[in-house]
Amino acid sequence: MRNAWIRHLEQVAGGDERIFLVVGDLGFSVVERFAAAYPGRFLNAGVAEQNMVSVAAGLAREGYFVFVYSIGNFVTLRCLEQIRNDVCLHNLPVCLVSVGGGFMYGALGPTHHLTEDIAAMRVMPGMRVYVPFCARSAEVVLEEVLGQCAPAYVRLGRQAVAVENVDGCGLVPVRKVEAGRAHTVVVSIGQLSADTVEFARREAADLFALCRIRPLPVEDLESVLGRYRRILVVEDHQLEGGAFGALAELSCGRWCLEPCCVKGFLLEGGREEELRRRFLRGEGPL
Amino acid sequence: MPAELTPDTEELAYRIRRFALEMVHRADSSHIGGALSVADILAVLYGRVLRVRPREPDWPERDRLVFSKGHACTALYAALALKGFFPLDELAEYGTTGTRLLGHVSHQVPGVEWSTGSLGHGLGLACGQALAALRRGASWRVFAVLSDGELDEGSTWEAVLFAAHHRLWNLTAIVDRNGQQALGDTENILRLEDICAKFRAFGWQALEVDGHAHQALLWALEAAVSDSAPTCIVARTVKGCGVDYMEDRLEWHYRAPKTPELLEAALRALARRYGRAYESPALGDDRVGG
Repeated sequence: MRNAWIRHLEQVAGGDERIFLVVGDLGFSVVERFAAAYPGRFLNAGVAEQNMVSVAAGLAREGYFVFVYSIGNFVTLRCLEQIRNDVCLHNLPVCLVSVGGGFMYGALGPTHHLTEDIAAMRVMPGMRVYVPFCARSAEVVLEEVLGQCAPAYVRLGRQAVAVENVDGCGLVPVRKVEAGRAHTVVVSIGQLSADTVEFARREAADLFALCRIRPLPVEDLESVLGRYRRILVVEDHQLEGGAFGALAELSCGRWCLEPCCVKGFLLEGGREEELRRRFLRGEGPL
Repeated sequence: MPAELTPDTEELAYRIRRFALEMVHRADSSHIGGALSVADILAVLYGRVLRVRPREPDWPERDRLVFSKGHACTALYAALALKGFFPLDELAEYGTTGTRLLGHVSHQVPGVEWSTGSLGHGLGLACGQALAALRRGASWRVFAVLSDGELDEGSTWEAVLFAAHHRLWNLTAIVDRNGQQALGDTENILRLEDICAKFRAFGWQALEVDGHAHQALLWALEAAVSDSAPTCIVARTVKGCGVDYMEDRLEWHYRAPKTPELLEAALRALARRYGRAYESPALGDDRVGG
């Protein structure tokens, strides 16, 4: 997903001289082509994330559309006040792009698990929040972000399951129960894994992917989710404040929502797939 | 040849101080000490250095001033109003409900680049603007006015590294070195000296001047574009400068000259310092909220 996104950014940057890419000394083997193609619009800000975001705001104030790329915690939590004051307060076109969402860096332990970013970003005034679920959806998100000229956050994950016919950032159908009408729906947030598809199959549930958490695609959600008796929200994010929280706020008790989210720190490492499988089963501290 | 100063910057500094005193009196607000310490820096910048167009605040070729010590906003608002960015009468609205003249600098005010107040943001913002100018070959300069207290912030030193690495020669940082921060002397809380040596060690050009001596400030600001490195001017100042009963007294970080008597005493002290006759308050006697 990350590679597809950066390739798409390269393509778009050829015709849009506003685009500027700032990285926090991360992106080995991913960002070099952009840097070579557009050296005047590329910057490695070093391991200094607070300054990185302030610099990005300064560049944006002068007319650039700035994409700031780093590992999740570093581009969200480490520089939270710079995001709030420098970017959002001034409503500047700065798009924060993270990799490593959820347990993508599972083996590295909790300092590199990213399970609080959506909550932190979606409370920022004016911030748009996206969690693409496949490579194509990441491209669609990029196009939507560029059309808005406003602060944005994009959490890029890994592509495990490609979804066809992604034409927007709303609620995208992935799997429908073949025989009869399902009473349960799974709403998957962020990268769509084979485990989530299997989870939906076990639950005899329809499966939708949701990638724009803020603003929520309210019309899509109202028309689709109201049809189900039970809505399972799968999200590799803490229970509080993430997409489950956003849906609960929208629902105001109208829908029967069940979270399949993270609860607390995971103090052991592991492969992402295994960690996701565990929280889908509701095991351990997750 | 260095520019010769005309008396107008002294007049500007006097009037910045007067209005700042009146504003904090009317609003019963804090931070007059830091406003008085930075007044001469702003007077020289707006009087002689900055290329700005008050009737066209977003003129693309303007010099950018990032006022990072947002708590000293009364001095900046006064300077901007005196330069004609907005009507002087509006200064009377400071501290009222609904005003755009917020208690920490607000970008809603014509001539203000950034809302600041949380310390340690301004130099990074200035770096971004300075880098944009260099990447585009623009000739405007960027000035960042910092407090000395915000040199405690790690983010400031991230920006110091950045500016030197990217050779932001069009960036000048001016540190209002009044020696005090919220709970006391900077050297007793988190030692900063030798500030110039630290900036030089990071790759900056650095010099120290008397922050109340206009000619010295002007020369320093002109010298700041002569090299390929960014420049830091450490401007030695006195917190509360111009009002004898406030000078170097920490309480004036917080207190306002709340009563008419205190305001009059301050304005009289200021007039004496400038060798002028006392002038009654220009914004009127009515205090915000009665």
